[in-house]
Amino acid sequence: MTVLQIIFLGISVIIVIGALMTVSSPNLVHAALWLILALAGVAAIFVLLEASFLAVVQVAVYIDAISILIVIAVMLTRRAMGETERQINRSWLLAAFAAFMVFSGILSLFSQVPQLANTPSDLVESSEFYIQELGKALVNVDQSIIPFEVASVLLLAAMIGAIFIARPPERAGGDS
Amino acid sequence: MGDPFTLIADFLRDLLLGFGLDPGLTTAILKFVGAAVTATIALTLTFFTIWLERKLIARFQDRLGPNRVGPYGLFQTVADFAKLLTKEVLVPEGADRSVFMIAPLLVVMSVVGLWAVVPFAPTLFGSDINVGVLYLVSIGSVGTLGIMMAGLSSNNKYALLGAFRTVAMMLSYAVPMILTLLIPTMLAGSMGLTKIVEAQNPVWFVILSPIAAFIFYISSLAEVGRTPFDLMEAESEIVAGFHIEYSGISFGMFFVAEFLHAFTIAVLTVTLFFGGWQGPGAEAFPILGFVYFLIKTAILYFVIIWIRATFPRLRIDTINSISWKILTPLALAAVIFTAIIDKLTPGDGWARVPLHLAGSVILIGLTLIAFRAYARSIRKQSEGSGKSLAQTSEAGS
Amino acid sequence: MIPLSWYLILAASIFCIGLYGVLARRNAIAILMGIELMLNAVNINLVAFWRYLTPSIINGQVFAIIVFAVAASEVAVGLALIISIYRRKTTVAVEEINLMKW
Repeated sequence: MTVLQIIFLGISVIIVIGALMTVSSPNLVHAALWLILALAGVAAIFVLLEASFLAVVQVAVYIDAISILIVIAVMLTRRAMGETERQINRSWLLAAFAAFMVFSGILSLFSQVPQLANTPSDLVESSEFYIQELGKALVNVDQSIIPFEVASVLLLAAMIGAIFIARPPERAGGDS
Repeated sequence: MGDPFTLIADFLRDLLLGFGLDPGLTTAILKFVGAAVTATIALTLTFFTIWLERKLIARFQDRLGPNRVGPYGLFQTVADFAKLLTKEVLVPEGADRSVFMIAPLLVVMSVVGLWAVVPFAPTLFGSDINVGVLYLVSIGSVGTLGIMMAGLSSNNKYALLGAFRTVAMMLSYAVPMILTLLIPTMLAGSMGLTKIVEAQNPVWFVILSPIAAFIFYISSLAEVGRTPFDLMEAESEIVAGFHIEYSGISFGMFFVAEFLHAFTIAVLTVTLFFGGWQGPGAEAFPILGFVYFLIKTAILYFVIIWIRATFPRLRIDTINSISWKILTPLALAAVIFTAIIDKLTPGDGWARVPLHLAGSVILIGLTLIAFRAYARSIRKQSEGSGKSLAQTSEAGS
Repeated sequence: MIPLSWYLILAASIFCIGLYGVLARRNAIAILMGIELMLNAVNINLVAFWRYLTPSIINGQVFAIIVFAVAASEVAVGLALIISIYRRKTTVAVEEINLMKW
């Protein structure tokens, strides 16, 4: 057991607990906060994988933007479902069974991955190099400029759609 | 001789190695010591900045300010904090206890976390991570989360209102702030703060892009919620905002975080736009660089206090429209201008100043023309509807 | 050093916990949270494969960034829909939103 492995196990335990509480907590605000804990753990996993850019973006996008959106939505709809109301549907046992089957299915697929016991080779370049590579790859015609542009169009469409849908009906077309 | 910081670090390292610890553990211990020292200095500094702020505001308002405890009232803050520490920490009934207690910790953590990447002197910085600029954005956002949690868990209408106001304002001002952070990144060609400071060797970025520096300064003021953007705790409207239910040390944490954050804004603006520790002779004598850094920070911090003493509080709708209608388009235009000009004049140093400056002047001119057109249209509208002139001139300016 | 399988198992367990959340919760916002967990599990896999198998080709990280963008737009539109439905029907329980079901 090296120090790195202990750190990994600690982070994993935090993530799994956070994820379990997210799907099981009856209080939705708490569920959202547990989700934030789990996502922060994923950011730490990215640091372990030496993807520092992704780790920081994970914190900025998920913890800043997405989780605050979720918390606000929970607050806005708080009156609809109180804590006393049933939070899981009738077929939750079936759902748990399905999730477990998917999990075991994925685990059995692992036997087909030949590099399963691989340990990472040291990165040959400085970590600065990989960030520059990432930036170039995103706008390189030979690599991934099309997915990048499609993603930006998707974001724009999502923004317009969200504003249009969430507008209160009585004020639609009113003050701009 | 010229570098006491490395000297101390080397001394500690030799000492620990002399005890027979292995090198990896020694590095880890040194990192922890460094973090503890930085956090302690940052938090202790707050005692001084709170005193400074009260004293200066008093002077602006033609009062004396604290002058009883210690010389010039210097220990007034210490006395205040001793009082806060002895008070009971109350948790209101119906509050969400654990969330309520974690919230102030998160807020303090987000502010102290900012100090981890700031290069104070050529050889004095916590961690030179290569995504420093993004790190500033993401750690700063944890504070928003803390304020949100405080507002939600307090079981108090005013706290909730304060939290919603805060989030609305922080989300709108994060947009121009992140956009302007792109400009130093582009000019330096790196997101690491150390490299950004080094790239400002002959020319500070504030000369290349005064608009970006201005927008960054304003929008980070709004991020912290300093006057004139202190809507989230407007005492005349929503009592105290998100920290209304806090008492004792947990209120003290919000208090410290707020004042430390104001000082941190000055620190960050100096690092990103005013050359950090750059100055004559700073490379050779790092201690001199630290002194330059402190002087620049003190000047910018004074301006923050000056703004607080001078401007009245803005209205909630004006605050958001300043961000979306003025700062965001201006920041976008500045990013585009800087990118194009930077591509046209790839040179270093003073060679690229004239074009950048010309770009800024054009941009400022266009903004002023747009303002004039907007003010005229408002005036025309109000003349039609017969409002008083006082209101219109306020809206147009 | 950490073998690749540890990351894959972690990702698989997060994915399945998220899947359970999506299938079992009644509240539409809780379902969105489950989806976020699943997307994050996928991201861990993508970055782990980049780091362990092809560190010289940056595509794993590029995919992860596109997943971020998709997640952000999904949450924005999803929450807008939920709030819109809440305004019209004052409910966020998914089985009561059955207008288009037959």
